[in-house]
Amino acid sequence: MRIGLDVGSTTLKSVVIDNNDKVIFKSYERHYSKITEKTVELLKKIVDECKPNDYVYLAISGSAGMGLANRCEIPFVQEVYATRVAVGKLIPDTDVVIELGGEDAKILFLTNGLEVRMNGSCAGGTGAFIDQMATLLNIDPGEMNELAKEHEKVYTIASRCGVFAKSDVQPLLNQGAKKTDVSASIFYAVVNQTIAGLAQGRELKGKIVYLGGPLTFLSELRRSFDDILKTEGICPEDSLNFVALGAAYMPESQKLNLKSVIDRIENYSGKGEFVSSSSLFANKEEYNEFIKRHEKGKVLYGNPDEYNGIAYLGIDAGSTTVKAAIIDQGENILYSKYLPNSGNPVSIIKDFLLEFYDKYPHISIRSSAVTGYGEEIIKNAFQIDYGIVETIAHFTAAKKFKPDVDFIIDIGGQDIKCFKIRNGVIDNIFLNEACSSGCGSFLQTFAGALDYGIEDFANLGIYADSPVDLGSRCTVFMNSSVKQAQKDGATIEDISAGLSSSVVKNALYKVIRATNPEDLGENIVVQGGTFLNDAVLRSFEMEIGRNVVRPNISGLMGAYGAALYSKNSGGDKSSILTKDDLQSFYHETKATICKLCNNHCSLTINTFDNNRKFISGNRCEKPLAKKTGKKQLSLYDYKLKLLDTYKPVKGHRGKIGIPMALNMYEMLPFWHRFFTELGFEVIQSPGSNRKLYLKGQHTIPSDTVCYPAKLVHGHIEALLDEDLDAIFYPSMSYNFDEGLGDNHYNCPVVAYYPEVIAANVERTRETKFIYDHIGLHRPKDFIKKIHGVLSKYFMGINISEIKIATEKAFEEHYSFLEKIKIMGKHYMDYAHKHNLPIIVLAGRPYHIDPEINNGIDKLICQLGAVVVSEDSIGEDLPEVHTDVLNQWTYHARLYSVAKYIGDKPNMNLVQLVSFGCGIDAITTDEVREILEEEDKIYTQIKIDEITNLGAVKIRLRSLMEALNQGKESETNV
Amino acid sequence: MYKDCTILIPDMCTIHFSLFKSIFEEHGYNVEILRNEGPSVVDEGLKYVHNDTCYPALLVTGQMIDTLKKGNYDLDKVALMMSQTGGGCRASNYIFLIKKAMKKVGFGQVPVIAFDLGSLGRGGGFKLTLPMINKLLIAVTYGDALMLLNNQVLPYEVNKGDSQSLVDHWIDKLGNQFLQGKGYGLKDIRNNLKEIVKSFEKVPRLNEVKIKVGVVGEIYVKYSKLANNHLEEFLIGEGCEVMVPGLMSFVMYTVNNSVEDVDIYGGSKIKKVIAASILKYLDMYEEMIISAVEKYSKFTPPSSFMHLRTLTEGVIDRGVKMGEGWVLTAEMIDLIQNGYENIVSAQPFGCLPNHIVAKGMMKKVKELYPAANIVPIDYDPSATKVNQENRIKLMLAVARENLDIKIMDSSDGKKHSDLKEYLPKLGLKTEKSLK
Repeated sequence: MRIGLDVGSTTLKSVVIDNNDKVIFKSYERHYSKITEKTVELLKKIVDECKPNDYVYLAISGSAGMGLANRCEIPFVQEVYATRVAVGKLIPDTDVVIELGGEDAKILFLTNGLEVRMNGSCAGGTGAFIDQMATLLNIDPGEMNELAKEHEKVYTIASRCGVFAKSDVQPLLNQGAKKTDVSASIFYAVVNQTIAGLAQGRELKGKIVYLGGPLTFLSELRRSFDDILKTEGICPEDSLNFVALGAAYMPESQKLNLKSVIDRIENYSGKGEFVSSSSLFANKEEYNEFIKRHEKGKVLYGNPDEYNGIAYLGIDAGSTTVKAAIIDQGENILYSKYLPNSGNPVSIIKDFLLEFYDKYPHISIRSSAVTGYGEEIIKNAFQIDYGIVETIAHFTAAKKFKPDVDFIIDIGGQDIKCFKIRNGVIDNIFLNEACSSGCGSFLQTFAGALDYGIEDFANLGIYADSPVDLGSRCTVFMNSSVKQAQKDGATIEDISAGLSSSVVKNALYKVIRATNPEDLGENIVVQGGTFLNDAVLRSFEMEIGRNVVRPNISGLMGAYGAALYSKNSGGDKSSILTKDDLQSFYHETKATICKLCNNHCSLTINTFDNNRKFISGNRCEKPLAKKTGKKQLSLYDYKLKLLDTYKPVKGHRGKIGIPMALNMYEMLPFWHRFFTELGFEVIQSPGSNRKLYLKGQHTIPSDTVCYPAKLVHGHIEALLDEDLDAIFYPSMSYNFDEGLGDNHYNCPVVAYYPEVIAANVERTRETKFIYDHIGLHRPKDFIKKIHGVLSKYFMGINISEIKIATEKAFEEHYSFLEKIKIMGKHYMDYAHKHNLPIIVLAGRPYHIDPEINNGIDKLICQLGAVVVSEDSIGEDLPEVHTDVLNQWTYHARLYSVAKYIGDKPNMNLVQLVSFGCGIDAITTDEVREILEEEDKIYTQIKIDEITNLGAVKIRLRSLMEALNQGKESETNV
Repeated sequence: MYKDCTILIPDMCTIHFSLFKSIFEEHGYNVEILRNEGPSVVDEGLKYVHNDTCYPALLVTGQMIDTLKKGNYDLDKVALMMSQTGGGCRASNYIFLIKKAMKKVGFGQVPVIAFDLGSLGRGGGFKLTLPMINKLLIAVTYGDALMLLNNQVLPYEVNKGDSQSLVDHWIDKLGNQFLQGKGYGLKDIRNNLKEIVKSFEKVPRLNEVKIKVGVVGEIYVKYSKLANNHLEEFLIGEGCEVMVPGLMSFVMYTVNNSVEDVDIYGGSKIKKVIAASILKYLDMYEEMIISAVEKYSKFTPPSSFMHLRTLTEGVIDRGVKMGEGWVLTAEMIDLIQNGYENIVSAQPFGCLPNHIVAKGMMKKVKELYPAANIVPIDYDPSATKVNQENRIKLMLAVARENLDIKIMDSSDGKKHSDLKEYLPKLGLKTEKSLK
């Protein structure tokens, strides 16, 4: 008899086979991290049911099984390899296996060179991810599967990281996208994640086998794979137990005594050897004192039954919860609600209002305001008077508790928002981006995984003796740390406290990146649902070594702030829908794609009663019926149009293709002119979009490289589809030397991506793919060099032709730069004349690609500013002394411009940073320092494949708000 | 200057750095190599270094702060030293990040010395002299030899600890020689290398066939135990022999870049000639190791840099010179050619050059060498050991299968390519199936 166990991240699976390899027992269950108990239980059950001999073959596999196997001296089989063994035995003609597990995704290529891959340091697109998304939709994965069957369209959801996808999905829901479509989109995201992360240049074709929980249970997920891979994969019987089967098949030279194995597991318990920090409270007294102190931060509640008169409504339609508060004229709360956002905030608010109108007909709402992710749809649906940015709402509320507040930190369900207040104006904003998850829903997810309710779970931490030190890391990996700690004997209490402290550390060190409490401020107000948790609050105070104020309505601050705002804003009559209006309230959503320009935004059209409409998902105002008629000046737009003027000119030497990616956004004029002069017809690759990206996705070798680099693959594929004589994409260690820095390097990715293309895009070998190393920083040497290079591919180009072409090309390059500067001046003059703020949207040349910048330049224009780029500032830029090595051409510009705008009151800088840009880890700090020295606000926006702009909007609106307030306070003084 | 204070240097390749210490001491500097580990190191790093910055920067800074915070050094009599590389990789910014961090943490008075081979004579109070550089390069030679031999002996030693005590013995002995100004002459080197090789050859070893694993990667993560979670120890524990290419090839690669630069972009011919002659000089040291190993033992000799230079033709251009550049790809190919087909490519999460030279070249390398079995592993503060080890184990499972098949093939002279045929035999303890 052979027993195979598969201890996965969330489930425990087993298989028992007899001597004829017949399966006589199998099981599949969740283990809720109680691995040892569940394993013992299972083995005992096997003993009961299968009546094995004393000695059996037994092997353990699975991501959570390694430690157990090691310590209990049981043979261990790596789980992907176990799959390989089982598939090899049962379905020997398989070409590719795709297996998704709780936290892992794996692809096995079995034919034409065995290769096995599993997800590396990012665990997006796995079972845990699907679970998270289902929770967000307030359904279970099975229901999600059913809904997906009915879908009409698929939205783009970032497929890399669960955290990212969440920030895509939530706004979709808030804007009224249908659950059916969202469900299907989530499955497609998983497929794309698997391909992007694991296929890495190898094609998935032939006989494909689907294994693991998600692919077994979710037919729509399989269908999505079939659809994208254009294949029909099979999901075999026992698809859940293949790893266990593989473990059972692995021959071991020695039989084990099952009884003693069970004993060993049963008696194995950790020795308490985990790293821990001191307990949150030394004793009961300390805890009581703590509770007492925090009871002081109080807003009073009024009695709505007794109150007659005017009231003000504030709504905070947040990412996971919807909050509403109604206050009286004394700013006491009359009525409030804190409700989970089950995907449709509209119906929640409708119910809220109806309930309020019913119960308290004697109270009339004088004014109303809404904030949060769902601001726009709620404002439109119910004709709320004001829509305000979250930061303003929170600041307004915090002032009520501490008039001299100088730092606010809000940890909500999915986001962390912190802001500094200087001179009564919001000055510096920190939002969690990209990988820095670790908010409220993080605790909730863990509570769920450990089979606890969130409140019970959080309270456990208060009494922990030795909280586990879990560091501050991504949710996904926290899972394995938690499991490890449990194995080492940490109690649930210790883990609860440890997680609370890790939320705090995450906020402090990853989001704010503070080094000491002075960095934060003296009068700190903490809020957001997560701070209702005493353990989190206590950890925070301990970590910064300072007492803070937590209002008793910590979870309600956004709504309360909005209510205060509406009260302060005056107005005699609210436009909010009345009880009668609500009786005939009607809401329907329809998804469509905007065809008014090349961006093809996914629009959601909300239709309300009386034919009121609200469109969301748009990046510009083209699809809107009402236009503001204001001029939108974005230099990004101008640059893009300017590049588009470099059209192909027929030539006698044939066609040469140039991929419009990375540094080509700046080099195009040079190369276009150069090759045109030489008699080549220069063909640009088409504009980037999602489709183009997907076209090249399968050849991307590193899934953590930045999105602009990933896009190169699509551009190359597009050029390969054209009938060209050659593709020109040179490797360039150096950029133009503009004399602003100590050196003039390109970043490694920009410099050498052509090498990656040559190595990974096989089709480049069918054409002349010119990717030689070339430098333009020594023009004379360049002529010789390029002559040598081109002579390898083309006959009869002589050096004198090249000399002339080079001269013209440099002229073209400088004229291109000059045009940008002239237009920059023109835009800035316009701004001065009309008293408009100027935003220098700083980044890299390729950030003008709308697929990369997600239309952020347009967004800034919509907020009323003129957008220029750092290379459009014509005046002589200063060379800046930096604390870091200033040796990259693009970055040198950045530092200089940051310095330059220091004394220009109407100019501010927003820096675009592509996710995964290692070098910007250095530049961002430096730019921040340069700006802050000049009392300027630094705003950084991290961009990736994401197409939704929710968080970006908060940032930019807060910035604009701060600038306005700054102006006002200046004029007041 | 700095002669009256203690210079703290974060460890990288332990053997080499122990030897460096003696040389610094010979020149009158008091040096401590930092080997502190543990969560406090990472925590301090996380606090004071931008979290998106590469893991090595975070770790060395963390190590320094952790050490200073423990209060064992007089802050006015201590200095920090870190190597300074040039080039387009952000690693060239380490020194600046450390300085920034020190200011933030309140140790602003502690000087941070850039150890830069290119800064001859410059560099403020710390004078790196030509003879000292030469001595350090000789220490690299000894270090590379000791590392190579230790790697080939330790997994097979009959008496546990033999190999390590031999390494310790030689570090001591060479250190003593250095202090007396000996061990630097060509004759001394030749003689020492001969004795070193012979001493390792004498260690009693088991006659086993083990999975051979090569390690390449970002220079710090590749060597530093702290960064790679004791990768070598783990691999040896899993029954492997490990080959880690030496430090000299990296030194030579940085010198060689000046040659390539002139070739590709033009420029000073003198620069090229100087670089070329330095290369020639260093090649001599490398050749001394190779000839000693070949002459006095049956160990696999290291490959010379000059050989590595010939390996990337048609794979990657030698113009790729940021980070580890083309030499990393060359090392992969060299390892495969020498029977180390199983490779761990260790890199900090988000390391830019590694997108190109490691992950970016895997497909091409596998096309040329189908037997290659490469696993890239990312290291950063949030990657867990369990996760990394699991992936390495996967690579090893495939390696074991390949080795088993090779053994089966060689035992009956047939090709065992049909899965059904060899599946029942898989998982045999390979050690036992050999004579």
